[in-house]
Amino acid sequence: MMLSKGLKRKREEEEEEEKEALAVDTWWLDPGHPAVAQAPPAVASSSLFDLSVLKLHHSLRQSEPDLRHLVLVVNTLRRIQASMAPTAALPPVPSPPTAPGIADNLLASSDAALSASMASLLEDLSHIEGLSQAPQPLVDEGPPGRPTGGAPPSLGALDLLGPATGCLLDDGLEGLFEDIDTSMYDSELWAPASEGHKSSPEDGPGKEEAPELDEAELDYLMDVLVGTQALERPPGPGR
Amino acid sequence: MFLKFSLRSVFYGAGGGNDIQWCFSQVKGAVDDDVAEDIISTVEFNHSGELLATGDKGGRVVIFQQEQENKIQSHSRGEYNVYSTFQSHEPEFDYLKSLEIEEKINKIRWLPQKNAAQFLLSTNDKTIKLWKISERDKRPEGYNLKEEDGRYRDPTTVTTLRVPVFRPMDLMVEASPRRIFANAHTYHINSISINSDYETYLSADDLRINLWHLEITDRSFNIVDIKPANMEELTEVITAAEFHPNSCNTFVYSSSKGTIRLCDMRASALCDRHSKLFEEPEDPSNRSFFSEIISSISDVKFSHSGRYMMTRDYLSVKIWDLNMENRPVETYQVHEYLRSKLCSLYENDCIFDKFECCWNGSDSVVMTGSYNNFFRMFDRNTKRDITLEASRENNKPRTVLKPRKVCASGKRKKDEISVDSLDFNKKILHTAWHPKENIIAVATTNNLYIFQDKVN
Repeated sequence: MMLSKGLKRKREEEEEEEKEALAVDTWWLDPGHPAVAQAPPAVASSSLFDLSVLKLHHSLRQSEPDLRHLVLVVNTLRRIQASMAPTAALPPVPSPPTAPGIADNLLASSDAALSASMASLLEDLSHIEGLSQAPQPLVDEGPPGRPTGGAPPSLGALDLLGPATGCLLDDGLEGLFEDIDTSMYDSELWAPASEGHKSSPEDGPGKEEAPELDEAELDYLMDVLVGTQALERPPGPGR
Repeated sequence: MFLKFSLRSVFYGAGGGNDIQWCFSQVKGAVDDDVAEDIISTVEFNHSGELLATGDKGGRVVIFQQEQENKIQSHSRGEYNVYSTFQSHEPEFDYLKSLEIEEKINKIRWLPQKNAAQFLLSTNDKTIKLWKISERDKRPEGYNLKEEDGRYRDPTTVTTLRVPVFRPMDLMVEASPRRIFANAHTYHINSISINSDYETYLSADDLRINLWHLEITDRSFNIVDIKPANMEELTEVITAAEFHPNSCNTFVYSSSKGTIRLCDMRASALCDRHSKLFEEPEDPSNRSFFSEIISSISDVKFSHSGRYMMTRDYLSVKIWDLNMENRPVETYQVHEYLRSKLCSLYENDCIFDKFECCWNGSDSVVMTGSYNNFFRMFDRNTKRDITLEASRENNKPRTVLKPRKVCASGKRKKDEISVDSLDFNKKILHTAWHPKENIIAVATTNNLYIFQDKVN
């Protein structure tokens, strides 16, 4: 369910959205299920991983994410993922193809939150902070080596036209997914259909495929994250 | 009778959460639960306890005032009635970020009273406001240049002069914003705390803490900044902060990882390096994927004495001695029966609920909320605890509240409620204790309950 710019969601809508977004298998809610009653298993199920990814996605879709919620979910996700594949070699995530539609910055619309990873989203907040017309808080001179901005030089904040140089996504997306095995996205449990995303690729579950992400899988991953933006924006140059 | 009452007060009045018999006193708010704007988001007594302020999701502040009654003769302490209502914050639109800023009041803090007027600070996610609440019960009459209805008289028609006199009028309580402290927080403000110097205060958001002077609105000092240079490295946020009640140079802030840092502003201007770090090592037998989430501290409160501080995490309340950093001196389980349900509570996001906690006036009892409109009190001296319910049913004035019990497993006894029957939508996040008396204010979603201990 897309949010238009600046639209404030009513409480009931928020709750409905949550229900939609979290419509995954809820076997673990069954109190009779052993996994609920006993101590948590040493290795998490893929469902718990998927739930966490859904939560992360949902959190990122907020026009202004709750940082605490985001940080806690990401940390939990990392824990789960670490327990699931402690020895598997993590596939390197190549730079995503720069898609102009993705490169619109946060200011353009709240839709941009969909396309930004956590890191890039928060980077933008730090760009904006530097730009703010407000009286600057009197910051002390230290600690040394910590710039207050931390922004990449190509400040896309005011540049509404044309593709940015990929500054929004390159580092951010890599940073987020470097340590997360995204082959899980091939699993059938990932069901973005309720939100109007492109449907999962027809070619089967991930088990049959090699662990490395190939171009098609990466594109799919990008599409899922960018999702409605790809659907709703007219194709830009080069796409 | 009078003598018995006095002795009882001496032995039981100041403490004994369970020797106290809590009675329903009042409930404020609508009977139906559907209005989102009425959701109470903060509750705070002023320093004398005479005033009780609430803030809600709609940006409004409602202040209740205790009736001054003859305590010896009355059956109960004075009731709280509406004293003032005003719109503190309005929804705003941040044009730079294309975002709407919620008007929900996150915190209210009272200033100590210095003159006839009352002052409080109220904050939403981005802006803090200083409000002056003053009474007017007289008005001047007999102006020379104005008629009684306000129209100006033609000065040439004035032939004699008179001195205007003050005449009584119906009490009017006015709230006016005296200072607006804006544009200093990029992230969401979670705490404000007034310094014991009564001149400065701090405001904390997810990553930064700023120090303000109450008279100066166009600048603030940044005293804590945990924002990493590279946001990808962000793993921890600030969840609460408070000034020490007596040392004007000391404050603490808690984190989402379950740590509390005590900082001394004399050590350096930017207090990124803490003076003390309070953290309890994780219990390996209780480790789970949700360990970090449930260790996240949702509230931190100093005791009135300043010797201790209390923290609230998802399942427990911990009391820390400021002189001991490696573990709390007391731990109280609020709802341990939820530990086996963490997966479900993660799924429905309840695990992220932020409960507050509070001390009684003598620091002998602590209180916090739970689900199903239950709230819990822990007596630090007797080590006894009690669970009570805020509910409109069976609540007549001066009815003693019946203790509740949750049955974690096994056969449920009569009058017990099983864990699976708990209503997780009925959460008590905000509670407050009168600074001097055994009067408590407990907020359910959109109702405010006031309970008192049984007198006589």
